[in-house]
Amino acid sequence: MAENTVSGTTAPQAEPEPAEPEQGRQSFWSTLVHFFLRRREASIVIIAIALLIYFQSANSDFLSTESVRTLFQYFAATAIIAAGEVMLLICGEIDLSVGQVFALAPFIMYFAYQNGLPIWVGIILGLLVSALVGLLNGLITVFLRVPSFITTLGALFLLNGINLTISNAFPVLTPQLGTFNEVMGHGGYSEIIWAVVIVIVMQIILSYTRWGLYTVAAGGNLLGASETGVNVKAIKLRNFMLTSVFGGFAGILEAFRIQSIDPLAGGTAIMFAAVAGAVIGGTALAGGSGTIVGALLGTLVISIIKDGLTFIGVNANTFDLILGAAILVAMIVNVRLQVLREAGRQ
Amino acid sequence: MTETPTTEAIDTEVADVVSMEHIVKRFGAVTALRDVSMHLKQGEILGLLGDNGAGKSTLIKILTGFLQPDDGQIFINGQEVKLRSVSYARSLGIETVYQDLALVNQLSVYHNMFLKREELFTPLPFLNNRSMREKAAESLKKIGVNIPSVDTEVAKLSGGQRQAIAIARAVYSNAKILLLDEPLAAMGAKEGTLILELIRNLKAMGEVSIIMIAHNYAQVLEICDRINMLQHGAITLDKLTSDTSLEELNELVMREYRIGAASSHQ
Repeated sequence: MAENTVSGTTAPQAEPEPAEPEQGRQSFWSTLVHFFLRRREASIVIIAIALLIYFQSANSDFLSTESVRTLFQYFAATAIIAAGEVMLLICGEIDLSVGQVFALAPFIMYFAYQNGLPIWVGIILGLLVSALVGLLNGLITVFLRVPSFITTLGALFLLNGINLTISNAFPVLTPQLGTFNEVMGHGGYSEIIWAVVIVIVMQIILSYTRWGLYTVAAGGNLLGASETGVNVKAIKLRNFMLTSVFGGFAGILEAFRIQSIDPLAGGTAIMFAAVAGAVIGGTALAGGSGTIVGALLGTLVISIIKDGLTFIGVNANTFDLILGAAILVAMIVNVRLQVLREAGRQ
Repeated sequence: MTETPTTEAIDTEVADVVSMEHIVKRFGAVTALRDVSMHLKQGEILGLLGDNGAGKSTLIKILTGFLQPDDGQIFINGQEVKLRSVSYARSLGIETVYQDLALVNQLSVYHNMFLKREELFTPLPFLNNRSMREKAAESLKKIGVNIPSVDTEVAKLSGGQRQAIAIARAVYSNAKILLLDEPLAAMGAKEGTLILELIRNLKAMGEVSIIMIAHNYAQVLEICDRINMLQHGAITLDKLTSDTSLEELNELVMREYRIGAASSHQ
């Protein structure tokens, strides 16, 4: 109300032509509509908001502070993995083994700490081992020409075996180091802050650096990009390593949050959630296009569905059924919107 | 007498940008190029004709540095060179526009034009999109290419526009010698006219010399200054466009066909 009167009295003085603001509002709305038609991310935001409204109306505790924090915690680790997976998908590859790296990295950290090394050295070692896994995945895919789907499927089982062997299939307790634990994932919003920072940095890299440009080029036209002189092999290797490092980092954050390190943590569930989030967020499985922000929103949609279903008391057995159907509906709606967008451009 | 190439006296006042002398290339038992001498003058458009398998691609690949000849010499601006790699040939100003165009559909026109030559906000590693956008628009305008916007994704352009972007990219990278591999293939009449117009504009600017591989004799006669016909690994005709005709070119090809038919009956 107060805002209305203020703008009402100042408007004639600020703007000599009274027609100006009216026109501005019109173009604002048409700009908004155009934006939503043009940006794939925008339609995901609408889906997310619709889901939030639905679950909130079904259970008014859904958007309570406590519940939102839980939602963020589930969603953050997946979003971090999705940020890497999008880069790989854009350049035409995929990593199925990232969920096992998620479980491996905290064990490397744990063993280093048990052997008297400082915890941060343990974290660095965990991330280095993750990078090594990514490098091997990349080398086998790029130089031995095994499709990444197969390479990383093999790595998935191999790493799972390593995780079970080194842990004797038992979980261990995460070292307790006070503030350090809080910063590294135990604090209520620590994981989501890490996730948002990583997403922002990666989106900038994708949109505004050579790394991002060459990633799109390699996925869009592999032969053409290499004829132009882009080192497509190096770009792919780099993205394999990045995805793996993000998987390891997400695993370490989760280890600090839940205060235990489980050899069966992550796995295919978190990997598929990340890939599904990326695809829902507009990444083409065939390569060449996608955004990190879109993957974050796609992951958010999946998390809202998963969290919301628990809130409205859906039986655990029908859980996957509804989640699967929801993913299909979301994707069908998105493809239809894409058709509308294409039509709108012409 | 009829077996020897019909070579016209060449205007000696203009210097050769490229001169390939007695090039021989064998692939195992197959001799792809027997003894090919080809000359390209400054500012000239040379049409390279020939059937599939005549050796056009091999000759072009030698000039791009992709293949090395078994014998013969290559001179660029009078200097003998060994074109040992694609990047070395490129450093001498030799740029190729391949038939597949090497464009990335998902990237904008200006990102495609600047691929591998991006401008950054040095020392920061970020792309200077504004500068690249402006320069791309400017250079397209300069050579007369009309597209809606340099922000457009290449996927949304027509075949002719894509060809034009690929040529513009080569020109913008300071190409002095431009090799066009069938720039008019698989293109409608209207699109083809657009590309011919672009090539004419480039010639008028006089900065590049062009070798153009083509199949359509009528278009070649329309745009090229000189024509070389490559048959069975040797040049059988080297004439100024004004001194030859569609009939002569057809006759040459028919003769080849008749010889081929006769030898296969033996």
